[in-house]
Amino acid sequence: MSRNGPVALIFHALFVVFVLAPILVVCAVAFTPLGFLSLPTQGLSLRWFRAIGANPEFVEAFWASLWLGALSASIAIAATVPCALAVARYRFPGRDALVAFLQSPLIIPPVVLGIAFLRFFSEIGLNGTFLGLVLSHVIVVMPFSLRLVIAAASGSDPQLEQAAVSLGASTWQSFRRVTLPLILPGVVSGWVLAFITSFDEVTMTVFIASPRTTTLPVRLFLYIQDNIDPLVAAVSAALIFLTIAAMLLLDRLYGLERLLVGRGRD
Amino acid sequence: MSAATGAGRVRLPSAPYLLSAPALLLYAVLLLVPLVATALLSLHSFGIYKGIENVYNLANYHDIFGDSYFYEIFGRTFRIAILVTLLAAVIGAPEAYILNRMRAPWRGIFLLVALGPLLISVISRTLGWALLLGSTGLVNQGLIAIGLIGEPLQFMYSETGIVIALTHVLIPLMVISVWASLQRLDPQIENAAISLGASASTVLRRIVLPQAMPGILSGGIIVFALSASAFATPAIIGGRRLKVAATLAYDEFLNTLDWPLGAAVAILLLVANVVIIVGCNRLLERRYAEVFR
Repeated sequence: MSRNGPVALIFHALFVVFVLAPILVVCAVAFTPLGFLSLPTQGLSLRWFRAIGANPEFVEAFWASLWLGALSASIAIAATVPCALAVARYRFPGRDALVAFLQSPLIIPPVVLGIAFLRFFSEIGLNGTFLGLVLSHVIVVMPFSLRLVIAAASGSDPQLEQAAVSLGASTWQSFRRVTLPLILPGVVSGWVLAFITSFDEVTMTVFIASPRTTTLPVRLFLYIQDNIDPLVAAVSAALIFLTIAAMLLLDRLYGLERLLVGRGRD
Repeated sequence: MSAATGAGRVRLPSAPYLLSAPALLLYAVLLLVPLVATALLSLHSFGIYKGIENVYNLANYHDIFGDSYFYEIFGRTFRIAILVTLLAAVIGAPEAYILNRMRAPWRGIFLLVALGPLLISVISRTLGWALLLGSTGLVNQGLIAIGLIGEPLQFMYSETGIVIALTHVLIPLMVISVWASLQRLDPQIENAAISLGASASTVLRRIVLPQAMPGILSGGIIVFALSASAFATPAIIGGRRLKVAATLAYDEFLNTLDWPLGAAVAILLLVANVVIIVGCNRLLERRYAEVFR
């Protein structure tokens, strides 16, 4: 394979600067010792990270986001696994339509989903409740988990299940002891991708969150709309550090390329 | 044909339907019902003193199509989406190609750098641009320092600022898409072309670009659809005045409280999105049938 020329490498360097600049600047401003937005040219300080602790609304929103992501990812996976097995193991009328329907939230703008849920939840009395947030997030994250679990189920060998059944295992035993361990990497990464998607969701959630039940991105968004100060930079930087840690872990466990691009060629 | 592919194993033909029933039930209650209710809501009318009235007509759509205020907003949304898509293609596609030519470990490291931001919250990334693009931000300071401009440029609350930040937010999707299509490219074909006397630019134009094209186009569809319906980035960079379709719907719903009109904007956004994505994908699959096989 031929090497990249100097022009290509300069282009690449500019691209990397473009991609990293906004992320680095948030992290840098978060360490400022001063009381206003500025780069920490006169030494680093953790005062704005400490200030997060003094703002319980951010801390509460963080825990709400964590629970919301975990619950909606778990419900989505519970509904996804049997469905993915049906799609991977059977040819049945309506199979393609089923997959297309379950993937459809991907092409619905989040604003539209937010409006639809706001109307729906205020009719049935769920508006501004945590249950409402969980239910709406299940719909948003399901296409992501579905894709990974279908890929894992299609890649596992159905003959292993047949062997288990022919040796006397019940359907449940063969699922629990054979199928599930086989597709587990896909299930785990589907759960993680669903969790991240839920944790980052802001556009739909901003419609249905209430001041008392809200998520961290929504809290940040509403705060930034009013004013930008080192406090939001510190919250954002903390989020960025957490995401990078999760990303490195995910890269070790599953491979980020495989997770984002799809299954590799090898 | 409802025969199980798991040969030799007798199962009820209803099994796949039973297995997908929980997911289908969730979608029916939580997706179909709310969307249909929104479509119906968009046909209702709204008065400041009367609230939402239970009538059915197309008055909201009539209002939207007859008012230049809405044309301006939809025009701006469309303009931003086109510019972001073009920029993402012009920057993202060459970068995917460059990444593809790198060796280990750089390839893995820079792929992480290019795609990783996708997992970082949109709010954090947009906040970064708000800090960079402000009148005393690093971009303006840098441009003044190298003498390109004398006065700070107004990026915040401008379409230019929205385009820059949205391109940054969405470009990883273009890189992913082109990267995936380049994985099918056999490097030996490039070498063969060079050994047969083709220049570097001929190889790029005649071999690499045709292979990357389906990836650029399908990445373009995704980027266009997402930038046309983007909300958080235009809201933060554009401020409250410079509205796009998504922030317009938000204002009608949560500030003006004209829910039927907001619902009509949402339905239009949904229809435009679905038509563009499904339509372009159809065209693409027909045009590149042999590549997708």
